[in-house]
Formats: sequence, structure tokens, C-alpha cells
Amino acid sequence: MRPSLVLLAAVGVLFAAGTTLLLERTLTRVLLGVMLLGNGANLLVLAAAAPGSPPIVGTADPAGMTDPLPQAMILTAIVITLGMTAFLLALAYRSWRLSGHDEVQDDAEDRRVRELAERDEGSDAEDLDAAEGVRG
Amino acid sequence: MLILLAAHLAAALVAPVLVRFLGPRAFYPLATVPLATFGWAMLHRTGDWVHPWVPSLGVSLAFRVDTLSWLLVVLVGGVGALVLAYCARYFPPGTAGLGRFAAVFVGFAGAMLGLVTSDDLLLMYVFWELTTVLSYLLIGHTGTARPNRRAALQALIVTTAGGLAMLVGIVILGQHAGGYRWSQIAESLPGGAVLVVAVTLILLGALSKSAIFPFSFWLPAAMAAPTPVSAYLHAAAMVKAGVFLVAGFAPMIIAAGGTAATTWQALTVALGLVTMLYGGWAALFQNDLKLLLAYGTVSQLGLLTAVLGFGTTGTALAGVAMLFAHALFKAALFLVVGVIDKTTGTRDLRQLDGLGRRAPVLAVIAILAAASMAGLPPAIGFAGKEAVFASLLDAGTTGRLVLAVVVAGSMLTVAYSIRFVWGAFARRSTARSHGDGSADPAGSGSGGSLLLAPAVLAFAGVAAGFCAPLVERVLSPYAAGFGGETTHLALWHGPGLPLALSVIALAGGLVLFRRMPAGRSGPKPGGGVYERVMTAADRLAVEVTGATQRGSLPFYLAVILLVLIASAGSAMVAAWPVGTPFRWWDTPLHLVPVGVLIVAAVFAVPARRRLTAVILVGVTGYANAGVFLLHGAPDLALTQFLVETVTLVMIVLVLRRLPSHFSQRPGPWRRRVRVGIGAAVGTVMAGVGFLAVSARQAVPVSGAYPELVVPYGGGHNIVNVILVDIRAWDTMGEIAVLVAVATGVASLTFRRAQRLNRRGPVETPPEPPRDEPVWLMAGHTVEAGRRSTMLEVVTRLLFHVILVLSVYLLLTGHDTPGGGFTGGLVAGLALIVRYLAGGRYELAAAAPVDAGAVLGAGLLIAVGSGAAALLSGGEVLQSAVLDLHLPVLGHLHLVTSTVFDIGVYLIVVGLVLDVLRSLGAEIDRHARPDSSSPVGPSDPPAALVTSSSTDSSSLKGELV
Repeated sequence: MRPSLVLLAAVGVLFAAGTTLLLERTLTRVLLGVMLLGNGANLLVLAAAAPGSPPIVGTADPAGMTDPLPQAMILTAIVITLGMTAFLLALAYRSWRLSGHDEVQDDAEDRRVRELAERDEGSDAEDLDAAEGVRG
Repeated sequence: MLILLAAHLAAALVAPVLVRFLGPRAFYPLATVPLATFGWAMLHRTGDWVHPWVPSLGVSLAFRVDTLSWLLVVLVGGVGALVLAYCARYFPPGTAGLGRFAAVFVGFAGAMLGLVTSDDLLLMYVFWELTTVLSYLLIGHTGTARPNRRAALQALIVTTAGGLAMLVGIVILGQHAGGYRWSQIAESLPGGAVLVVAVTLILLGALSKSAIFPFSFWLPAAMAAPTPVSAYLHAAAMVKAGVFLVAGFAPMIIAAGGTAATTWQALTVALGLVTMLYGGWAALFQNDLKLLLAYGTVSQLGLLTAVLGFGTTGTALAGVAMLFAHALFKAALFLVVGVIDKTTGTRDLRQLDGLGRRAPVLAVIAILAAASMAGLPPAIGFAGKEAVFASLLDAGTTGRLVLAVVVAGSMLTVAYSIRFVWGAFARRSTARSHGDGSADPAGSGSGGSLLLAPAVLAFAGVAAGFCAPLVERVLSPYAAGFGGETTHLALWHGPGLPLALSVIALAGGLVLFRRMPAGRSGPKPGGGVYERVMTAADRLAVEVTGATQRGSLPFYLAVILLVLIASAGSAMVAAWPVGTPFRWWDTPLHLVPVGVLIVAAVFAVPARRRLTAVILVGVTGYANAGVFLLHGAPDLALTQFLVETVTLVMIVLVLRRLPSHFSQRPGPWRRRVRVGIGAAVGTVMAGVGFLAVSARQAVPVSGAYPELVVPYGGGHNIVNVILVDIRAWDTMGEIAVLVAVATGVASLTFRRAQRLNRRGPVETPPEPPRDEPVWLMAGHTVEAGRRSTMLEVVTRLLFHVILVLSVYLLLTGHDTPGGGFTGGLVAGLALIVRYLAGGRYELAAAAPVDAGAVLGAGLLIAVGSGAAALLSGGEVLQSAVLDLHLPVLGHLHLVTSTVFDIGVYLIVVGLVLDVLRSLGAEIDRHARPDSSSPVGPSDPPAALVTSSSTDSSSLKGELV
């Protein structure tokens, strides 16, 4: 099958823009990045099928129909992206309500471990070192 | 055999209940289980029991009782029953965590029974680890004290590490032999270096479990456990597991000869002797009676390992006799310490004074047991030690060298035995008396019955001494495994070198005790290496975690994406098909939506205003729909249009409350890195797409669908038939995700559970004024400045039309573009229009149902339609076609998968409704100035409301 360059260019641009936004810290931007990635992925799947007439029996010759299977997958993906968007939105809103912004902060626990590593200290996990004295 | 193990398991399960009802007395019925083991052992001296377990792995529940395991079964059962009965008196009623303790203890007895009777080495390993874990729980019984937790963890780590090494050794032997039964392994041992490695690994497990040097440190620390635990685990049972393993392997390794046998002997004998001397020496300096016994145990375990590992017929018999003797006297002594501790409140021999006169019975028991420990006649310990001396005398130069060390160790044993008795019971003028006169230790009442268990054990030791020939007859089959002459167990061998050595040991011990320097501290427990290893592991973990787990989401994503670029990108470059034919476009019309899409996507990235970015991203979505349409996918185009619209409304609803601009952009350097990664990912994905499409040769599986969908799926729209029939499981999974998402959105937005339960406005709307025309049921609730009569009129006119359209799309979707998803989205848009025009009261009036109920009903219908097919004899989600002729409606073509689609429809409506209730109505409530929860910046800019109404009009343009 011969690929269509225009379609693949759209895929490339959507992935590039989506990835760039995904790497941001603002949740809204991450959300937009996810949406762009979703659109790009849908087009990528679409590229697997040669274009043709709509896959509805009786309206066209079956030989000229486009492959319906990628379409079914894309349809599922579109709706899942909607759900994902709704969830990320709710996350962004909750983050804003709790902290006044919708930025993804560094994980506090991980940062603490990093600081320990920089100070060349062990974790303060208890019970690791040998018993100092034994009292029953 | 299985019944006994099952009885232990059952007893462990009911133990907490028993303890709740009976208190400590529950230990009596529990003690009957190990007692049954003991009784069973009296009836079965040998035997095999095999039940299949994991035939594919060659693992079976194979049990085998021979002389050695029989001895251990007797000890596990007998001592276990006595200690459990002792527990009933030892623990005061109402002790915290007693139920768990009882359960773990009985479980441990069962695990130990399994360990010593397993014929399959893998099965034995399972029980081995089980004892490790259960002993961890028992040592850490009072987990509130930090030393206890540390001691328990230390024992766990040391014995588990050894156990893992042992597993490797077992696997080496088992793989070579082609089976894991003792008999199979003994028949075909590997040779040379392989056997040496396997033997060393197995010894690592055995020696760590039995606290042999250099692993001795964990055992004294484990004395943090309650005293009955120490008596059972650290005297009779668990630490004997290592010795048991040494004794079990010794015959076959010695018989194999060569380097392996030399390694075996060198390791067991040398380390055992070192342990014997170290433990005995350390015991001399202990003031805590329990610690004294603990170091004594370490010393004895060293002796047992050395003697059993030495591997002659004589030492084998002497070793098992000593093993038997040690279990009896050490358990008795620990229990005596328990009584002392309980009645006087201390175990410190500096504080005990003159206890012997006040508790003569206790003193007699202790003296009998200690005599056995020191190797004095007439106890079994004497017979055992004589046999050790005699057998080593017969064993050549090496034997004599070993003998010299053993005699030295015996002096230490005698010395610490005297120290124990003297410390616990003697009257010493210098010592301060503690609880003098006031306590009545072991005189009567509870003390009396506490004495039963140690008394039985101590007297059994003496009785066994008198019955030494009988003991020899019972145990000699084990020693016979080595072949050759055996020595004899007896209290009186007649005058000879062994007796002389006994006298020397006794005299030396007396002198040692007399001249022992007071006030010096003994050798350190030797946990320093353990501590350093643990600290190093901890530091390594911190460094590795700190280096890899930065805690920054963009960092993680960047790493993942860079891996994608590197792996997929390099594969792509390597496989690039030069000169592959391609098309610029499928149709030049594609240039229009793709051009719009590219421009919008590129400008969405640097946009600083939220709304701008959102609209640009929305534009790419609509452009996508155009591409779908041109590609021959009307279903996709329709769905994409609708989803994009719903998405835009959702986002704008939330954007009302978020700041209008994004926060500060990162520095130019970081921005360039992000754009660089993005561009690379885009290139790679487009390239992968090119490669995949041009490389495709297989005929699509969907080739036959056009002929099949009408007769089997009952519809003409292939995409819809795929969704609700051919790949209905996919759709089922998807709608489950939607339900989860809807619930997640609601629970993230609603803060209180009771509001979440009814996802609608709780307040009743204000009464409508009477003098104006009513277009919408709750139109009057919108503030005057924000009302739009035009919007209300249009909404009034359109709402029901849109709903009818949605039902039409749902029902005809099987044959023409449409279906449950599109229908549901259209209905959701109708609700959105109502909400935008009339606010949250209007939404409640439009859909006076709980969103959760809609979601649940949808899921129920979807699952129900699938299950119905199952009930009617078909496969899950199989569809059937019904053609009905109804009087008024005429011909009705019904496909059962339409029912499934109705479920999908309801779930999509429920999702939109939930999102509106959460991100719309609930956020409205948060934004009200009199809202009970004024969190965050609370001025909803009027412009945003305008923007949402603008959106709604554009949305109507979409629909009409």
C-alpha cells in the first residue's frame, strides 16, 4: 500500500505539538497535549486503511469500501479520549482548588530521597540496624 | 500425614476465636494438636506418604519419616505440646495480641512438622521459609518495642538470605538428579565442583538457620521473643532445622567423597567448633539468664553441627543423641527462666538471690536440666557427651584434634551451666536481694502448674539417661547410614579415656567458673557486619532512587519519550525502504483540513492564553473530522464533531475558574529541549507510520465483513456492527472505562460524599415570577444580566428535537451512520444546551435523575444483553435478529445488539450528565460568593460566561 504523505505530515505535526505540550508542567497544557496526541494517533490508525467509500453495505460496491476495522478502533479511541479529557480536567480543577494553580509539582517524597542522596545519608527507615541491646 | 498438617492449619485458624472465648486457657485445646503429632509419632516409626501436588513441576506432597525425622517429629510434637500447655499459665488473661500469638505458634509447629517430614526438597523449602516468616512474627510479637522489631527483622533477613542460597543449592542438586526427593538426590549426586558449590550453598542456609558462626548474632537478639517462644523455637525446633539439614545431608555427602566431602567436613566442623567456643565463652559473661541460655544454645548448636557434620557412624549416633538431649534440657531451662521471670519480675542474676531456698522444686528441675547440659550423670546429656568423646577418639588424628576443642568447649559448657544454677538459685551475701520474701515463686497455685512442663522435660532427660541403650536402639538406624562400627550410648562405659575426659571437662569447668573475672563484658554479638551490610544497602537504595526517581513528571516523560525516539527511531532508520512508492495525497481536498490542522496545532503550542490554546486544539479536532469524512468514515466524522464540541464545552466550563493565562513559561533552554523532543517524536511517529503502511502486505481481516454483517450482524453499517457485535468485548471494556471516568470526575469535584450520592442540586430553586413568559423551567434563576431570551427560546424549541434526533441516531445506527455513541453524545449536547441557557436548576429540571443511576442502568443493560445471549444458548454478546410485523408500526427489524447499543447510549448520556453536574453545576456552586466553600480565587470573570454562551451558539450551528 502506498502511504499518503499529507496524512502522515498531519500525524507528525500532531505528535510533535502534543508531545511538546505533554512535557509542560501546567495540567491544562498537558491535557491539550493529550488531546493532540489522541488526534494524531487516530490519524495514524486511519492511515492503515486506504481511503474509499463509507463501509455501509448497500450504498457502495464492497470492493471500493475503505477498511472498517481501523474505523471501529478509532471510534473507541475518540470516546476514550473524551473520558480522559474529562478526568484530566477534573484533576486540573481539583489541583487549582487545593493549591491555587494547576501545575504538576515534583513529588515531595521523591525530592526528600534526592536530598538524602545529595547529603550522602541513608533513609531513616527504622529497624534496619542491629539491635543495640536485648530486653525481652 | 496431611491430616496432621491440616489439623495444625485448622487449629491456627481457630486459635484467635478460641483465645477470645477462653483467654489463655485456649492453649490447652491447642496443645492437643502437637500432642496428636507426638502420639502419631509413637505409632509410626517410619513410613512414606505421597500425594500429587504440581505434577508439571515434578513437585509432590511427599512425606517420609525415617529415624532422623522421627526424632524431630517427637521433639516438635512433644515439646510443642508441653510449651503450649505452659503458655496457658504463662500468659495472664487479657494479654494483648494473644490470639494472633496462639495462631502463629500453632502454625509454626505445623510448619516445623512439615519441614522435618518432607521428602521433597522443594516442599521442605516451602516449610523452611514458612518457619522463617512465622518466627519473624513470633520474635516481633511485641512489635511496639523497637529492639524487638529490629531483632525480628534481623532474624528474618539473615535466615531468608541463607534460605535463598540453600534454594539455589537444592535446585542444582535437583536439576542434576531429575527430581527433588531425598532418595532421588542421594542416588545421583553431581560430581566435582558442581557438588562443592551446591553443598556450600546448602550449608549457607543450614548454618544461618542454626546460628552458626558467622551468623550467630541473630539468635541472642531473638531473645526479645516471649520466653515460651525462645524455649520452642530457639531450643527445640527452629534452630534445629539447620542441624537437621546437616544431619540429613551428611550421609550422602560423606558417601560421595572427594572435594565435596572435604569441603563439607571443613565447613561444618570448623565453623561448628568456632561457634561452640564463642558461644560458650560469651555465655559466661551474661547476666541475663535468658541471654546466658541463648549463648549456651549457640554453643550447643556449634557442637551439634560439628559432630553431625564430621560424619562417622559413631559421631552420627552421638550427634543425634546430643540433639535429643539438648532439646530436652534447653527447653526445660528456658521454661524455668520463664517461671523465674514471671514470679520475681527479673531475669538478671545480679538481682536474684536465694531463690533456691524459696522455690526448691524449681531449683531441682533446673539442676537436673543443667546437669544434662553440663554432661553429668545420670542425665542423657552425659551419655551423649561420652559418646561424642568416644567416637572422636576412634576417628584418627583429625578426630583427636576435634576432640581437644570439644573438651575445651565442654569446660565452658560446665562453667556456664554452673553459672546458670548459681546465678538463679544460690544465696549470695553480696548480691542485693530482689523481692525477698514477698514473692512466692512457684510455690503453689499458678506457679505449680507452670512447673509441669519443665519438670516433664527435665525428668525425661534423666529417664532417657537411664534408658540410654533403648535410645541407642531407636536412633542407631540413622547412624547405620554411614556404615561401619558404632559406639554405644550408656551411662557407664567403665573406666576409660572418655570418662577421664568428662572428669577433665567437669574440673576445668569448675575452675573456670571459680576464676571467672567478674565485671568484664563478653565478646560482642558480632552483628557489626550485618549492620554495615544493611546500611550499605540502604545507602545504595537512596542513591539509586535519588538518581532515577527524580519526582518530576516531565523528567519521567522525557526519559520514556527519548527511549521511544532511540529505539523506534533507530529501527526505523535501519529498515527505511528507500525508493518506496508513495502518494502526496489521497485527494487534493485533504490539503484543506490538514493545512488547517497543522497551522492550529503549531500555534497551539506557544499560546499563552488558555482559551486561545483550547480553541486551537479544538480546531485540530474539527479538522480531524474533515479528514475522516474525506477518507470515507462518516461515523468517525460525526463522532469526532460531537466529541470535540462536548470537549470544548467541558473545558470552557472549567476554564471559567482557572486563570486566563498560563503561568510563567519555563526558560528558553528547557523550552527548546521540549520542542526538540516533540519534533523528534513527531518525526519518528510519522516515519513509523510511513514504514508500517508501505510494508503492509497482508489482506485486511475485514475483507469478508461486507458479506457477513447483514446475515450475521443484522445491520448494514459495518463499523457499528463491529462495535456492538464483532468486537463487542472492546466496547464493553470501553464503556466500563467511561463509567469509571464519570465516577472519578464526580468524586474529584464533589467534596462531600452525601452530595456525591445525589449528583443534582440539593437546594430547591426560587419560585418563578408570574408576570413573564416562561421559556425554560428555571430560566428565572439566571441572573438578569446574564440571561438571554433568545437563547432560552432557541433552547426551548430545539431541546426535544435534538433528543428525538439522538434516539433516531441510536436506533438507525445499525444501518446508517450513527449508533449508541453518537446518539448519546447528541443527547448530551441537548442537556448541555439546557444547562448553558438556564443554569444548574435547568439542568436538574431537564434530567431529574441521578447521573450514577443512568450510568448504572446503562452498564446493566449492556451486560444484561450480553448475558441474555448466554442464557439463550449463544455466546456472550452474540446477536440475534428479530423481524416483527406489528399492527400499527408495520415492519420492525430488531437486532438484539441494539439493546447493547442502548446501554452504550445511556452510559454516554450519564457521562455527559455527570460532567455537567460536576464541572458545571458543582463548580457554579463553588463559585457563588455565599458558597460554603470559598477556596481559591473566587471571582468568576463575566467574560467566561459570555464565552460559554458564544460556544453554545456555535454549538447550535453545528447541530442544525
